Amino acid sequence: MLENNGTSFLKSLLNAWSWLFLILILGFFELYAQLETGGTFLFRLYTLQSIAVAASQILLLALGLTLVIVAGHIDLSIAFTTGFSAVVMALVIRFFGPEGGWLTVILALGVGLLAAIVVGLINGWLVAFISVPSFIGTLGTYGIARGVALIVAGGATVSIRSDEAREIGNGIILGFPVPVLVAAVVAIVFSYLLTHTKFGVHTYALGANRASVERAGVDVKKHLVILFVLSALTAGIGGLIYTGRFSAGAANAGEPILLYAVAAVFIGGASLTGGQGTVVGTVIGAIIIAVIQFGLVFSGLPPYWQFVAVGLVIIVAVIVDQSRDRLTGVSS
Amino acid sequence: MTALLSAKGLKKRFGGNEAVKDVSFDVNEGECVVLAGDNGAGKSTVIKMISGVYTPTEGEVHFDGVRLTGKSAEAIRTAGIETIYQDLALADNLDPGLNLYLGREKTRRILGLPFLARDEMRRDAVDVLQSLGIVVPDPTAPVREMSGGQRQAIAIARAIHWQAKLVIMDEPTAALGVPEQREVMALIERLKLKGVGIILISHNLPDIFAAADRIIVLARGVVAGERRPSETNDEEIVRMMMGATL
Repeated sequence: MLENNGTSFLKSLLNAWSWLFLILILGFFELYAQLETGGTFLFRLYTLQSIAVAASQILLLALGLTLVIVAGHIDLSIAFTTGFSAVVMALVIRFFGPEGGWLTVILALGVGLLAAIVVGLINGWLVAFISVPSFIGTLGTYGIARGVALIVAGGATVSIRSDEAREIGNGIILGFPVPVLVAAVVAIVFSYLLTHTKFGVHTYALGANRASVERAGVDVKKHLVILFVLSALTAGIGGLIYTGRFSAGAANAGEPILLYAVAAVFIGGASLTGGQGTVVGTVIGAIIIAVIQFGLVFSGLPPYWQFVAVGLVIIVAVIVDQSRDRLTGVSS
Repeated sequence: MTALLSAKGLKKRFGGNEAVKDVSFDVNEGECVVLAGDNGAGKSTVIKMISGVYTPTEGEVHFDGVRLTGKSAEAIRTAGIETIYQDLALADNLDPGLNLYLGREKTRRILGLPFLARDEMRRDAVDVLQSLGIVVPDPTAPVREMSGGQRQAIAIARAIHWQAKLVIMDEPTAALGVPEQREVMALIERLKLKGVGIILISHNLPDIFAAADRIIVLARGVVAGERRPSETNDEEIVRMMMGATL
């Protein structure tokens, strides 16, 4: 039972590897900047804001997904829930015209979120009540949300003219871009949910052993529905921010971010088998990906390299996860 | 003295197949009754009729003066009968405290928001486990890092912490190594000292003789015989299991 110091040191190293990795790549890009350009990479407001905005976009999809993955499921539909919400919000604003002001924008935000909640309810119902595996079920709603978003958008991007909406996507409060503040608030709420509430404990227990929560008298079906609604909700918020940022709603708004969101959750220490993962880990994961994205552009490489780099980081994350399992799984 | 649990004339028919034909027995406070029998003898069906998973076709179960027959599994648990399955139903990624309180977690309010009282639950878990003679090396570690015997103790702790008066254990040593089997046997002794009645299902002879106050042998759905360990031996029990009634 007793571990030698070597193993426990290695274990804490593996648990903290995402932090180390983040420091490493930041150091790498900083060194590159100093040597190549004589300037700094990290210590510029523009860099920090850009990384933070990119990370917050990823986070809004990844935060809800973290809860779903901790519970041992997956939600692939978030990519198009984001687009669906974005399009719905844009259509509402367009319908009332630019004179509507804040009232219209608030209404549009509400309707956009409702659209996301509908997708979440369908996902939850499929997984909890029909026992469809979440991978298949949410792959189905991925297709449906995509199709519906394209149909209501008429197959095109829905552009809008609204200063208020643009404020939501591009405003800066006390030096912090609004999308970053929104993502930070959602992250704090979800971190509280997962680490300090009964709901969080049941989510972890569900990921480890469904029978444990069922025999403890927890309503597992209701719990699953809530999880998928939360996941859709954060993806929907991501869509609203998108529409604000680009003054347009696009059905495929979340599509390129899905890979990054899934990667952020796994880099953050979650496991495909469920029962593991934290919100703080996911935040670090999202920042790592944002740094890679921005750093590669900064260093002048063709932007497509970011896909390769993120793909590699996902593989490293899985390898780390498995070595951690090997270390903790052999103790009995 | 009236028995803690009394099963009378239990019968269970599945379609045309009579899995249990006629089983009656009592369990007293602080007594360990072993249901022994070969595969298919009806042991599992009998305990499922007691825990409320199955409703008996005929016969009834009384517990603590109350008729339990026909009540739901949940109601029977609340009445004080806890079943510990082979898989233990633990959440391996949580610490012993959270496993002890799973579904009934303690919280405290900070600024009006509920926060889990992890420390308090951990302390309670350490206390209950100590009363079972188990010392947890690190109460903050997830239970997957603990030994089979310690994990069994956590499942038992959960039962007695919620005031179970009768614990049903289904082959608790089946998946364990020899030292851990001893830990479980010691746990059963301590449960008996607390006045908890135990029904133990087993077909492992050394376990049966080590734990039992009474051995009830089932064969083909009926009670083939009832013995105290001091009045019998391996050979006789095996003969009864094989269906040679005496």
